[in-house]
Amino acid sequence: MSEHLLSTKGFTRDSAVTLLDVAEDMADTQRRQVKKLPTLRGTTIVNLFFEDSTRTRISFEAAAKRLSADVITFSAKGSSVSKGESLQDTAQTLQAMGADGIVIRHSSSGAAHTLATSGWTRAGVVNAGDGTHEHPTQALLDAFTIRKRRHGDDSRGRDLAGVRVVIVGDILHSRVARSNLWLLTAMGASVHLVAPPTLLPSHTEGWPVTTGIDLDEAIDGGPDVVMMLRVQRERMTEAFFPTAKEYASLYGLSVARADRLPESSLVMHPGPMNRGLEIAGAVADSPRSTVLEQVQNGIGVRMAVLYDVLAGERSA
Amino acid sequence: MTLRSLLEADDVRRAITRMAHELVEHDPDAERLVLLGIPTRGAILAQRLAEQMTRIADREIPFGVLDVTLYRDDLAGQPTRPTRRTDVPVDLDGATVVLVDDVLYSGRTVRAALDALTAFGRPAVVRLAVLVDRGHRELPIRPDSVGRNLPSAKTERVRVTLVEVDGADAVTIEGGDA
Repeated sequence: MSEHLLSTKGFTRDSAVTLLDVAEDMADTQRRQVKKLPTLRGTTIVNLFFEDSTRTRISFEAAAKRLSADVITFSAKGSSVSKGESLQDTAQTLQAMGADGIVIRHSSSGAAHTLATSGWTRAGVVNAGDGTHEHPTQALLDAFTIRKRRHGDDSRGRDLAGVRVVIVGDILHSRVARSNLWLLTAMGASVHLVAPPTLLPSHTEGWPVTTGIDLDEAIDGGPDVVMMLRVQRERMTEAFFPTAKEYASLYGLSVARADRLPESSLVMHPGPMNRGLEIAGAVADSPRSTVLEQVQNGIGVRMAVLYDVLAGERSA
Repeated sequence: MTLRSLLEADDVRRAITRMAHELVEHDPDAERLVLLGIPTRGAILAQRLAEQMTRIADREIPFGVLDVTLYRDDLAGQPTRPTRRTDVPVDLDGATVVLVDDVLYSGRTVRAALDALTAFGRPAVVRLAVLVDRGHRELPIRPDSVGRNLPSAKTERVRVTLVEVDGADAVTIEGGDA
């Protein structure tokens, strides 16, 4: 079906539903006595992480191992070589070592695309987060989680038609927001972005979304899903907001704000959370929060992605 | 391209009834008998067989669905196949399992099914029921109950259609004129 997974931009309603249905089947296999599947036996997957991310790396590692792939983890953090060169050298080394799949996390936007199209390697490439560009498996597990909460065991075959999603926070630096807006809208959901003016990208004309700067207004609209983004201090080289306290009071999902949401509304967060900053601890731990389900669903979704990219014949 | 009808609706119905009797007679004392069909048409056949067997044996014979896609050994040669939902309704440890499929050909699907079963436990006995056996086995696998043996050429394509998904019960054969 797919040679690589670089972005959620190419998904149609049907291709997204099909992939999430496979993820449902993958999740089901994890309830069997024997959880390991022979599907990717003999396949070597390299986790190439130029940027720290414990949970994404572990999730991909678990997914690959449950499909019987051999997994090599390469943490290239701290390399002093300039990024372009180091990516090329590393990719060519991995190709020489016989990598069939590369899961890449990189601080430069477009790194996964470069790796997939450079000719340095014939491996299937899965983007595990590139700069502020995309994080497609996060969006897929978010869509899976929304669908699962709404439809439970009856999720297969369903899209997200009519679901109203509000994404709140550091949109400017968020690859999670970018991947989600393409995927969720392809599946029929509507997306509204809320951020301080300094953290809202200046060019959102091509995006199928509405934007705003008032969280309370968005909350009072009674959205089905409120997705809180992490305040990414490590990507902020300038002062985007005066103080953490002011950010929390204007854009944090407090208990008072969460209480104004309809009872069925979900609260999501990709993690790791800054409790007390973008989300109150009590909201993160409340029944409407899907934070832990998102982590759990991530394994089945990543199994589906690795299966999709690596199990079938490869044209290269 | 020629299309020949090998079994008509009545033939299919009779074959399934005969198989249901045969399977009940095969394991008259099996307390825990369960039919697992391989999607798509094997799963429908498993349901039909289980319903008939329930009447014949006068006790509830459960049925389920076993998708074998993730256990196949021929995934690499073709575009990635979508998986299907698996539904195993009972504990398989010590059970008598009847695998059900529409067409038995190379035997590779059944091999994958045997592998998939081990993830659920250790059945006491595993049997195989198929509506059509068209020959050309590539593995040492044989059915315990067959609706119809239909020797075919490898260039031919045997197709089972069932009311539930195709609108009519029939077995046809295509091609082979070359």
